[in-house]
Amino acid sequence: MDQKLMLLGDEAIAQAAIDAGMSGIYAYPGTPSTEITEYVMQSKEAKSGKIRAGWSTNEKTAMESALGMSYAGKRTMVCMKHVGLNVAADVFMNSAITGANGGLIVVSADDPSMHSSQNEQDSRVYGKFALLPVLEPTNQQDAYDMVFYGFDMSEKLGVPVLMRITTRLAHSRAGILRKPTRKQNEIRLPDNPRQFILLPANARRQYKSLLQKQTEFEKYASESGFNVFTDGEDKSMGIITTGIAYNYLLENYPDRHIPFPVLKIAQYPLPHAMVSEIYNSCEKLLILEEGYPVVEEAIKGFMDNGKTILGRLDGTVPRDGELNPNIVAVALGKKDTRGKEIPSIVAGRPPSLCKGCPHIYSYNALNEALEKWSKGRVFSDIGCYTLGALDPFDAINTCVDMGASITMAKGAADAGLLPAVAVIGDSTFTHSGITGLIDCVKDKNQITIMILDNETTAMTGGQDSSAFGRIEDICIGVGVEKDHIFVLDPSPKYHEKNLGILKQELEYTGVSVIIPRRECIQTAVKHHKALKKAEVV
Amino acid sequence: MKRDIILAGVGGQGILSIATTIGMAALNTGLHLKQAEVHGMSQRGGDVSSNLRIADHEIASDLIPFGQADLIISVEPMESLRYLPYLSPDGWLITNTKPFVNIPNYPKMEEIMAEIEHFKNHIALDADNIAKQLGSARSANMVILGAASLFLEIEYSELQSAIEKMFSRKGDDVVKLNLDALKAGRDFAEAHLN
Repeated sequence: MDQKLMLLGDEAIAQAAIDAGMSGIYAYPGTPSTEITEYVMQSKEAKSGKIRAGWSTNEKTAMESALGMSYAGKRTMVCMKHVGLNVAADVFMNSAITGANGGLIVVSADDPSMHSSQNEQDSRVYGKFALLPVLEPTNQQDAYDMVFYGFDMSEKLGVPVLMRITTRLAHSRAGILRKPTRKQNEIRLPDNPRQFILLPANARRQYKSLLQKQTEFEKYASESGFNVFTDGEDKSMGIITTGIAYNYLLENYPDRHIPFPVLKIAQYPLPHAMVSEIYNSCEKLLILEEGYPVVEEAIKGFMDNGKTILGRLDGTVPRDGELNPNIVAVALGKKDTRGKEIPSIVAGRPPSLCKGCPHIYSYNALNEALEKWSKGRVFSDIGCYTLGALDPFDAINTCVDMGASITMAKGAADAGLLPAVAVIGDSTFTHSGITGLIDCVKDKNQITIMILDNETTAMTGGQDSSAFGRIEDICIGVGVEKDHIFVLDPSPKYHEKNLGILKQELEYTGVSVIIPRRECIQTAVKHHKALKKAEVV
Repeated sequence: MKRDIILAGVGGQGILSIATTIGMAALNTGLHLKQAEVHGMSQRGGDVSSNLRIADHEIASDLIPFGQADLIISVEPMESLRYLPYLSPDGWLITNTKPFVNIPNYPKMEEIMAEIEHFKNHIALDADNIAKQLGSARSANMVILGAASLFLEIEYSELQSAIEKMFSRKGDDVVKLNLDALKAGRDFAEAHLN
């Protein structure tokens, strides 16, 4: 056990969950959270412990399954990216009222600076919204240790615990020291048979109990040892850091001696006594947090009539984007060490569709089929095919949230933009597209829906797709006419044929579904290699 | 002792195998290590980088501060320039000269080389060509690593054992090709310095 494992933050969380007696993990892939579940899926220990590990259709179904496992008394984890928590928000908010039985940790991975996301929402706000305890690890070892702590706390306090991480922690490797493993729980149903029945009478009782637990949550946050106050001789300023911001602060003091008093926050709700202590003993405060100014706003207050608070709100730290050691250096009044500028000849290199990607041919056909219509009628979605927005395709006009292609096309069609086109991937379709399709069928909208079926969840690295092998059946099942469902091969040699079908269906005054189907070039190469290897053996 | 290294390239070029090799060698030497990687959207042919930090003391930040990188190791020439704000004034730029052109506005090679040569501490080599001559076009990464090995402050033999460990599953031939590639890169750098 003395040997350190080199793990990504995501992998440290996964290994900890396995070691801490988790019985099942549920997730929908999303950067930067994907590697947690992948690690458990590939773990031999998880396999021999019969830990349930796999992909759910979306974050809501994942979280509900996890809540069911918690109901049955076992430890479980559900993982998602920050915007995935929006999808799971209904069950997440209500799980605060039901509470947990077996330990339940919800991991939400935020993506400040939007490396692979459409916004940089801060999951800590959800934690406060739901009135649940939040853990925000400072580093990879913290993340490992907090999973053990989080499961214990979840069971002792009878509530789900939210763990909030950000991209840099999720996707950075560091040495991890493991703890002794713990056995999985046996099945044990809740002591109170009404706990999970949120009829108003029960819900009111449960909500009161959640409110009563708040003091307890705060007590945990002051006593767990994850929130740490370190005094300093220079009281002209106190510094509060949250999560990985602490590392950037420390980086600015190579001798590791910070002259100012520092309160390192890694667990919420904020412990009042600790915050008061640093507030009262220093002339002003600098708040460094990765994400929204959550702590800063809380301490500053609406009236802002107390001491000077420096941070994201007054511009000492930029209002958006992730932190780094330099931003913190500048906030501390230190010199910016930025080196030579990037030469002007260096061109941007945006991501692009892979050579041979089936989406290329789907977009080529769609663009040509739409030539006779005015521009601006293609509603798209979230996945590799969103890159169709860039040159040379310039093929899509929207990308908002999972499944919004079909429903936004519907709204535009209702407004009179006919024909309207939706472009959605296979996995996104089962994630959140089917319900929108039912709306279209019900209203007989003049919509052409392209479900780009590359038989995988490609953007996040080729996880299996819940849609695999059942897209036509789903479409028929929700009422799309069989004569208006077409499966195409998106390859150059079928261009003319595909073009003909698209042109014809754009004219149709009802719902058409076009399914260009060819395996993702990345997973195809992987499968081919695996096959060759099997042959050699 | 500390070595802050920016690894640069284009998604799919496999900069992580360089990181893994250095990482294994560093851990074996008993050093601390942090390595920030890029996953997700940018992997699709976009610019990618990795921050690799090695030290004989605990490392705080996952990200390397501006102006403090000791090395930029790049498997693509234009990408080597993208991270100059991170390079310390006396740091080294080690780069492949073989361009990866997947954008219409890729600059002229002369301009890129002029910028690279403008930097006093640099080693630029056609790693793809060197690897090809050794009979293993796919080992260009190890040629680059070999050229960088002079500046890593890690025993060369530790890098060799890391490569042996990493490729042992693929057979002795593959191990040898990668060791040869490492040596060829190191020889080039030594000749360049003299």
